[in-house]
Amino acid sequence: MIIRPSRGWSFPDLREVWAYRELIYFFAWREIKVRYKQTVLGAAWAVIQPLFTMVVFTIFFGNFAKIPSEGVPYAIFAYTALVPWSYFANAVSQASNSTAGQRGIITKVYFPRLVIPISSLLSGLPDFAIAFAVLIAMMVYYGILPTFATLLVPLLLLFSMTTALAVGLWLSALNAIYRDVQYAVPFLIQFWLFATPIAYPSSLVPARWRPIYGINPMAGVVEGFRWCLLGSGTGLDSMFAISVLAVFLLLITGVVYFRHMEREFADLV
Amino acid sequence: MNEETVIRVENLGKLYRIGEREPYRTLRDSMAKHFRRGFSNPYTERYIWALKGVSFEVKRGEVVGIIGRNGAGKTTLLKILSRITEPTEGYAEMKERTGSLLEIGTGFHPELTGRDNVYFSGAILGMKKAEINRKFGEIVEFSELEKFIDTPVKYYSSGMWVRLAFAVAAHLEPEILLVDEVLAVGDAAFQKKCLGKMGDVAREGRTVLFVSHNLVAVRNLCGRGILLSQGQLSRIGETENVVQEYLATVDPREMSLPLAQRIDRKGDGRLRITNLLLADEHETRVDYLESGSGAKIILEYESPSVHPLKNILVSVAIDSLYGERIAVLQNDYVSREFKEIAPKGAFICTIPKLPLVAGLYSVTIFVTVNGVIADWIRDAARIRIEARDYYGSGRYPAIQDGKILLEQIWEHVTTRHEGKAAIQEPSDE
Repeated sequence: MIIRPSRGWSFPDLREVWAYRELIYFFAWREIKVRYKQTVLGAAWAVIQPLFTMVVFTIFFGNFAKIPSEGVPYAIFAYTALVPWSYFANAVSQASNSTAGQRGIITKVYFPRLVIPISSLLSGLPDFAIAFAVLIAMMVYYGILPTFATLLVPLLLLFSMTTALAVGLWLSALNAIYRDVQYAVPFLIQFWLFATPIAYPSSLVPARWRPIYGINPMAGVVEGFRWCLLGSGTGLDSMFAISVLAVFLLLITGVVYFRHMEREFADLV
Repeated sequence: MNEETVIRVENLGKLYRIGEREPYRTLRDSMAKHFRRGFSNPYTERYIWALKGVSFEVKRGEVVGIIGRNGAGKTTLLKILSRITEPTEGYAEMKERTGSLLEIGTGFHPELTGRDNVYFSGAILGMKKAEINRKFGEIVEFSELEKFIDTPVKYYSSGMWVRLAFAVAAHLEPEILLVDEVLAVGDAAFQKKCLGKMGDVAREGRTVLFVSHNLVAVRNLCGRGILLSQGQLSRIGETENVVQEYLATVDPREMSLPLAQRIDRKGDGRLRITNLLLADEHETRVDYLESGSGAKIILEYESPSVHPLKNILVSVAIDSLYGERIAVLQNDYVSREFKEIAPKGAFICTIPKLPLVAGLYSVTIFVTVNGVIADWIRDAARIRIEARDYYGSGRYPAIQDGKILLEQIWEHVTTRHEGKAAIQEPSDE
């Protein structure tokens, strides 16, 4: 193994990250264990967050503001979007704090630093599974039958993980160096919530703006979830294609930027 | 490259920006800086070469000790070789699987059980899950914590914690092992166990790079030594020669960097020792102490807190330059409590009759506030002790005759042939 200064911008060695896959799992496993040990309600939080948001949205946006919900009950319309959204929001905020949060480990041990933000994607999955189980229960309650499109849900989940990773890489690399980021993240997520068709359908956005709207990848994810599970909305159209492209670009640049900043992590964090 | 050579380091250098010692920059500062300078020439800041032009080779099975003063670049060298940080220039090659141990218990989480921490800590040090599964029994046995392995480590005593952490580390099996000062923790028995384990590792033919302040350990374990000073390699060769050169360069006046400016310290900073002063029995400030006379060690401190600080423990350890602990002065040993103190002041420790042999000693300062480490400075100062007529006899032991002067009374009795012994045997009557 050769150690020498790296120069300029480069792509990290992904084979090495793969070789460290067990460590990714261990980081996620530790994160989950600690979280459930430190919280009184434990797994219940996975449901409380989207469920209460759904109740508030249903009362104010559904009943008072009478926002259309494309022929499905507003409650399940909102909740279907909130499940992937909650996963995304938690994964992003966790990933962005991950490198700064593990500074004790980063300054003492070597491993590919990408392991840390990647593992924060996994630790949210049990919460997603619990929230999703509640979604299935609601579908049963409202008598909504699954279709073949429902089989696409894992792909959409993978897509939201990728989106969270792309955003998380940028933010965690920035956060290791600039502490402002940790204050900016909650604001960014709140802002993003309203820029995503969660409380409203994306059909409210005028057609000529839809391609631009698709630059927000979560718009694609959320509409995709509704289409797969509820059969509502426009499905995987050109807006979704733009979302995929946007995530791809964000991920590549995020990985390169992370690699670039990674060299300084141990000296800075 | 020679077939036997497993580590090759060539012209290795690491440049640190002084400003970056602060834990965080803010985006605003960074932007403001760029705007002031018009995005040009950021190289006006202060830089320091923590390591510069270091080259050496290590052959398979060698145990090499790295010594040098604080800030000489020992840890930086180890961090580069273990890939934690990148070098600024130069090149290093490691020919075999390398494991590094800069700290024991890295990744331990207080909420998790001993078992969980063994797994995570093992994984982070580079063990595979299957490997940990296989060695788990051995690790637990080594730590002697079978009964507590499913207890969260937050309920462990610090001794138990260290035992478990070391047990994990001791079961790493890389061909090349890089070790930093991990032996400095724990009690004497534990240190002995660590040294024993290090000796085993060496006998198994693995290659070890070992950073330590403990010159006794370096002498016992290492065949060769590397002396770093101010980031540069100043000597490499037989351990004994390197150790001697190190001791020769140790000059008390070199320790003149004021304590307040030292950055090689640990702790949360709620209280920081800013100055160490010496005074004699007449409370006059002195540069050195004299054996047998009254001595005062004065530790001035400051705290950023505006409120009084509670429950302070102050500990001053006196070590030989070989790294052996000679004595510890600690307020709780003599039941003196500092329950509440002002944010600025001084602790004064008085030694009525100093029982140490003339020579140079290293002082390590350790302060906790409410049980949390506030300041911890290894080798905070060097204290020179001059010979004085301790026994009032005009005689003084030579330096090789030990380090401690004991009060002593000598007598003589004649044993009569059939008579009783001079000192009576304990009897049952």
